[in-house]
Amino acid sequence: MKKITKKTYLNWYEEMLFWRKFEDKLAQVYIQQKVRGFLHLYNGQEAILAGSLHAMDLTKDKMITAYRNHVQPIGMGVDPKRVMAELYGKATGTSQGLGGSMHIFSKEHRFYGGHGIVGGQIPLGAGLAFADQYFKRDAVTLTFLGDGAARQGSLHETLNMAMLWKLPVVFCVENNGYAMGTSVARTANHVEIWKLGLGYDMPCGAVDAMNPVKVAEAMDEAIKRARKGEGPSFLELKTYRYRGHSMSDAQLYRTKEEVEEYMKIDPITQVLDVIQKKKYATNEEIKAIDKRVKERVAECEKFAEESPFPENNIMYDTVYEQEDYPFLAHKPE
Amino acid sequence: MKTIQFREAIAEAMSEEMRRDETIYLMGEEVAEYNGAYKASKGMLDEFGDKRVIDTPISELGFAGIGIGSAMNGNRPIIEFMTFNFSLVGIDQIINNAAKMRQMSGGQFNIPIVFRGPTASAGQLAATHSQAFESWYANCPGLKVIVPSNPKDAKGLLKSAIRDDDPVIFMESEQMYGDKGEVPEGEYVIPIGVAEVKREGKDVTIVSFGKIIKEAYAAAEELEKENISCEIIDLRTIRPMDHKTILDSVKKTNRLVILEEAWPFGNIATEITYQVQSQAFDYLDAPIVKINTADTPAPYSPGLLKEWLPNSADVVKAVKKVLYK
Ligand SMILES: Cc1ncc(C[n+]2csc(CCOP(=O)(O)OP(=O)(O)O)c2C)c(N)n1
Ligand SMILES: [Mg+2]
Repeated sequence: MKKITKKTYLNWYEEMLFWRKFEDKLAQVYIQQKVRGFLHLYNGQEAILAGSLHAMDLTKDKMITAYRNHVQPIGMGVDPKRVMAELYGKATGTSQGLGGSMHIFSKEHRFYGGHGIVGGQIPLGAGLAFADQYFKRDAVTLTFLGDGAARQGSLHETLNMAMLWKLPVVFCVENNGYAMGTSVARTANHVEIWKLGLGYDMPCGAVDAMNPVKVAEAMDEAIKRARKGEGPSFLELKTYRYRGHSMSDAQLYRTKEEVEEYMKIDPITQVLDVIQKKKYATNEEIKAIDKRVKERVAECEKFAEESPFPENNIMYDTVYEQEDYPFLAHKPE
Repeated sequence: MKTIQFREAIAEAMSEEMRRDETIYLMGEEVAEYNGAYKASKGMLDEFGDKRVIDTPISELGFAGIGIGSAMNGNRPIIEFMTFNFSLVGIDQIINNAAKMRQMSGGQFNIPIVFRGPTASAGQLAATHSQAFESWYANCPGLKVIVPSNPKDAKGLLKSAIRDDDPVIFMESEQMYGDKGEVPEGEYVIPIGVAEVKREGKDVTIVSFGKIIKEAYAAAEELEKENISCEIIDLRTIRPMDHKTILDSVKKTNRLVILEEAWPFGNIATEITYQVQSQAFDYLDAPIVKINTADTPAPYSPGLLKEWLPNSADVVKAVKKVLYK
């Protein structure tokens, strides 16, 4: 694995803070009804993305996840302005305004979505890995899913085949404690999700995912194994989401105290603590980062605001590869 | 009469039936402790306890099948899908098991089960969360399909669905749960398979169902100002379909517009069109016009979604078209 250096920490701090503030901005513009539909935010889970990106080979490795998916593509290299524009439903968005919050994609940056059906992305992740194995591409796919998604049949069928065929994929369960209002303990007779891997003889384990270093180390091991042709791994990344499931969640299923406990081990604060302790940056330098983050978020907002909405024909033009597909009319002329 | 919300009508229907029949249980994601993702089972865990109001993991295939299996062995389950979009994960159980069991077993196993939850679009939720599968389910022999449009019908029909000895697909809408309407004070049921004329008129018949029927009501108000009188039929039950109510109306108005929130290819409107042309061809003074969602997955962007969805202006246009105005 690449060494974790001063530069890594400073980069982590800036990017994680940017993701956090990006999501905060989305919450704000959602309340202003500029962004609609569901909005699932990543606040609290940033160490997972930071650690994963550190361990990945960003020239070829791939990522796929569920609908809590605004910041992962940014981490993979997508212009955040285009992600924000997608949430505004603008023509400049990553899906030209067709996908919205739950469906961010970037073929260019090997971010394969953005999937709204719980568990739906799991076999896709293994399929991406299947193709990489087939074409001997030496690339690995990180397939993310929630603790709730771990109860879908799609996971279990996919784990079996991925192990049978030694696919280069890492299954990463982001255990943030809840699937909507249902705690992990209420979804199964066990709470140690990582143990699901044992049934398939798949290398598996739990990771403290509030700390990007821990995530990077675990990912590195799993990615190396996959790249060597030794097959998949199954990681349970223990994390927490600070905000509600989506924007209309009264959060009666948990206490304020519980949220505060996790905020004490906030991933961004942990990174900042190291920076300060090791004197990687002065207070002025940190302030400069904070300022830059603010500006970057403001740029995204401005871009999204000023971008045009898509033309109507785009919803037809994007359905089929065939250019002259004969769509049925749906309204009187 | 009393005025309640659609979601309360759903909860009342389930609760009343659960009080009179111990074999009924409610199962689904967030139905118990969360009181339903859309609060359609509010208070039910408190009243019936966790033996009969059961939260599940996100395992639609599993709990759809568990529901069916228990129905083969004495239960009368109500299985909630958070939305019918997610029923696709469990649709194999519904189509291959619930719908076929009775015939396949030579009549030994009837499946008294209700699968319920919201259908169709609910704002800017994009492609995977805006789908209407009424015609998919209605296409399948062995199932019955109900889509109410107001609290009164919802309560009366859901009670009938729960009492029915065959599998019933019962479809609601996120955008209707907050709707208020009058319902009778006491016990009542509404029979499955009976449409209702929601507005009487003489110039044109509009057939619709579910939440989109509101666009027809709005259009009828508009058209009234131009002295065009619309008769609006709410199908309420899709399968079996009440052909007689439709035909009687068409024989009177001689013109038919069908409004359905679904993709246009082979949908419920297509079926109605076939029935009407085959049974009332001589009564038609104009080709039937159907209004649907665009022939594409649902887009997210607000302007696109507006174009994708049918609205009252489309109904006005369609009515004028069949009237050659
Ligand atoms: C098949 C399916 N069932 C239900 C839903 C509704 N739903 C959306 S998110 C969610 C909870 C998922 O929780 P988890 O997998 O833990 O992911 P998290 O939201 O915590 O990131 C549910 C039930 C869905 N989108 N798809
Ligand atoms: Mg979760």
